[in-house]
Amino acid sequence: MRNPQLNSQGKLQHLLTTEGLPRDIILAILDAAAPFAEVAEREVKKLPLLRGKSIFNLFFENSTRTRTTFEIAAKRLSADVINLNINTSSAAKGETLLDTIDNLSAMQADMFVVRHASSGAPYLIAGHLAATGREHIHVVNAGDGRHAHPTQGLLDMYTIRHYKRDFTALTVAIVGDVLHSRVARSQIHALATLGVAEIRVIAPRTLLPTDVERLGVHVFHNIDEGLQGVDVVMMLRLQNERMQGALLPSPQEYFKSYGLTPERLARAKPDAIVMHPGPMNRGVEIDSAVADGSHAVILPQVTFGIAVRMAVMSMLAGGS
Amino acid sequence: MSNTQRLANLPEAEALLASLVKTMLPHVGPDTALVGIHTGGVWLAERLHAALGLKLPLGSIDVSFHRDDYSSKGLHPGARASSIPFPVDAAQIVLVDDVLFTGRTIRAAMNELYDYGRPGRIDLAVLIDRGGRELPIGARFCAYTLPEPLPKSQELVLTRGSEPTPSILSLTLKDRHDA
Amino acid sequence: MKIQISNGRVIDPANGIDRNADVFIADGVIVGVGKMPAGFEANGSLDATGCIVCPGLVDLSARLREPGYEYRATLESEMAAAAAGGVTSLACPPDTDPPLDEPGLVEMLKHRARLPEFAHVYPVGALTEKLAGVNLTEMAELAEAGCVAFGQANTAIVDTQVLLRAMQYAATFGFPVWMQAQDPFLAKLGVAHDGEVATRLGLGGIPVAAETIALATILQLARETGARIHLTRISSAVGLEMIVAARRSGISATCDVAVHHLHLSEHDIGYFDPHARLDPPLRSQSDREALRRGLADGSINAVCSDHTPVDDDAKQVPFDEAEPGATGLELLLPLTLKWASEIKLPLVHALARVTCDPARILGVEAGTLTVGAAADVCIFDPQAAYPVNRATLKSQGKNTPFLGLELQGRVRGTLIDGHLAYDGSWT
Repeated sequence: MRNPQLNSQGKLQHLLTTEGLPRDIILAILDAAAPFAEVAEREVKKLPLLRGKSIFNLFFENSTRTRTTFEIAAKRLSADVINLNINTSSAAKGETLLDTIDNLSAMQADMFVVRHASSGAPYLIAGHLAATGREHIHVVNAGDGRHAHPTQGLLDMYTIRHYKRDFTALTVAIVGDVLHSRVARSQIHALATLGVAEIRVIAPRTLLPTDVERLGVHVFHNIDEGLQGVDVVMMLRLQNERMQGALLPSPQEYFKSYGLTPERLARAKPDAIVMHPGPMNRGVEIDSAVADGSHAVILPQVTFGIAVRMAVMSMLAGGS
Repeated sequence: MSNTQRLANLPEAEALLASLVKTMLPHVGPDTALVGIHTGGVWLAERLHAALGLKLPLGSIDVSFHRDDYSSKGLHPGARASSIPFPVDAAQIVLVDDVLFTGRTIRAAMNELYDYGRPGRIDLAVLIDRGGRELPIGARFCAYTLPEPLPKSQELVLTRGSEPTPSILSLTLKDRHDA
Repeated sequence: MKIQISNGRVIDPANGIDRNADVFIADGVIVGVGKMPAGFEANGSLDATGCIVCPGLVDLSARLREPGYEYRATLESEMAAAAAGGVTSLACPPDTDPPLDEPGLVEMLKHRARLPEFAHVYPVGALTEKLAGVNLTEMAELAEAGCVAFGQANTAIVDTQVLLRAMQYAATFGFPVWMQAQDPFLAKLGVAHDGEVATRLGLGGIPVAAETIALATILQLARETGARIHLTRISSAVGLEMIVAARRSGISATCDVAVHHLHLSEHDIGYFDPHARLDPPLRSQSDREALRRGLADGSINAVCSDHTPVDDDAKQVPFDEAEPGATGLELLLPLTLKWASEIKLPLVHALARVTCDPARILGVEAGTLTVGAAADVCIFDPQAAYPVNRATLKSQGKNTPFLGLELQGRVRGTLIDGHLAYDGSWT
């Protein structure tokens, strides 16, 4: 079965996941993003590449932040951006996901940026476009369920490369709710493809999916051991609704066991960087002293995120 | 007419460079800024910058983001960041490219420059004008114009030497693969 | 009407027969195999050259979608699918809308299914009202209306007190209790086997423990109550081991497996193929191997189609929103043949699992070519290709993970009570 995000020539048709994304495509995206990052420094932060193209931001799940970064990226490429927040209540009124796609396709869409609560929803859309002969429309997964958030994974790779250059010598620790995290999955696949020396995940058992080792990671339940000697610490967001209940007893206990404090960070390499996809829960997964400290590269991640999304969009939409 | 004949008639790049320096010298001043267009134009601009003794730092432009063949050919894989290390507003800018052909690259470069501000003046300096213009663009400084336009199936390529003379420039004629 | 099926290879597992022979039918009943009865004069004949002649298949689970889900399928469409699949007897689970919890509904279904070209329908009545797991149904009345067993389809009885009472009550009358073992809490929000693939794809997992914990409860209550238990759609190796061990300790328990689970594993979800969303979920490859072996050695008593026609609208949605289930009536035979050929099991043993063995679980006289039995016969060409696609599928449900593939084994003719219910053309 061919990975549906690549076309028959092996070129990127959609961006759905970092899993199985060839190394040269990942590197091409990171390379392409570098000059886009520079555009942000200019007086006119706009390029004409996607002039006349219509990009639909289809957010079936609310996320102002991710939607905004995609919107900025598309606008800097001179695309026409249409934002649609399709909450579940209007979906419940009857129109199916594929009906929505058919309608928007009829409006001459060139690209769908899709956020959906169900894992795999962008695959359904990509498959439908292929089955109905509309391969010229591209799909970018902006986060599907627990499955993938590939642009976040790629911007994280861009950030790591920016600070660390070479991936192959790095030990990277991912800390927090891996079970529910599409970000973690996209990070793990991209890191593995780029050949980092070791990927660690650090979390209590309730926040790790079954057989997570099969993704090629080393599991640590003790954060002090897990952070020993790492080059990169990637924090994950803990959703409010998961801070209490059957997964965790309380945010306080979580912070006590897994919160990233300056003392714990001291176990990592002296030049370690700390990343977080945002929004942060200060005092739950990360101490403010770390979030605002010299190791944190959390704000540069946001800046790079726009460049990486510009690179992805312009790689997908160009060429005929 | 055969390639070898054309090659025989083709002047040496270094000689053209010397002549370009001579042409430009009376027209540059302390506020003249050079911006080379990747890749050949940047090599040329580096040499010109030194020979003309210019004070403002050298700029470079990659026109990938402004190319008008994006929708047919896609994003150029080797795109680099442009670098304009001086204020563009009101600047006296000389764009530098190796070969002037259709004029499309120059159009894209001017668009790119405007993303940084509003230049006071833009001139164009090229080593060689091969003819075949598709836009109303001309070079103020041009070291050599081919007596008749080169066929579209061929291209002039500027190359840079290797050790021990890495900055020595030379021109060669090649068949175009994408024609 | 006297029919002679000639030149076929007769396989009748109930009688251990596998030989070239003619089959003689008179007035809807088998009157001879191999030997023409005295005075038999055929007024109809079927040439079965190159074909296998076996008892019509007995399917332990086929959803006909009536009443309540006629937009998904109708009795007519699904009975045509059954006949085209060589299925002549089928049990239908009670999860209709409303559920089969009232004698009137069962009578209506039996009445609607009375046409001669329709397979024999054996309803499984609801064990509790509305399948809600609170109040018992009128089992005696339902049995009189035609229910052969009582179950909960794919729903659980959460309250173990109710489960105990339901099994005690069924045992009082000797009614078999059919249960699907899945703990509703451990399966909550789950849509796939809790393993490598669900982890990779970010799908909610249903652990094997959801099956084994429910199994343990059911088996222990079966020991307490002496109820005759049939466990439907076993999905895991550990679950199967528990059933085998329970039998050894004297608990009366049979079980079946869905035919999809013999061939597919969690990996067949691929890139979120909603057709691979099944209930119970497709499990690991080692589970699949155990099920394949278990069916061969008889620890699993029967294989069924678990036929569940689902309309496109309910499948053309993201994986976790898709309705579970696959169409299966027409795939039961070719997929059983595929399993048999892959594990090199003689057909006379393999076909037992879709004929006489499930008939025994149903407690009906079917699944055999014994002289005197109803002439329910399936004639199929084991070499002919069967392309699975929207056009070939007679079922209204086109939902199957095998869509677009080609299987081996094609039904040429199906007789129900001696009536040619399906003519798959002999050319």
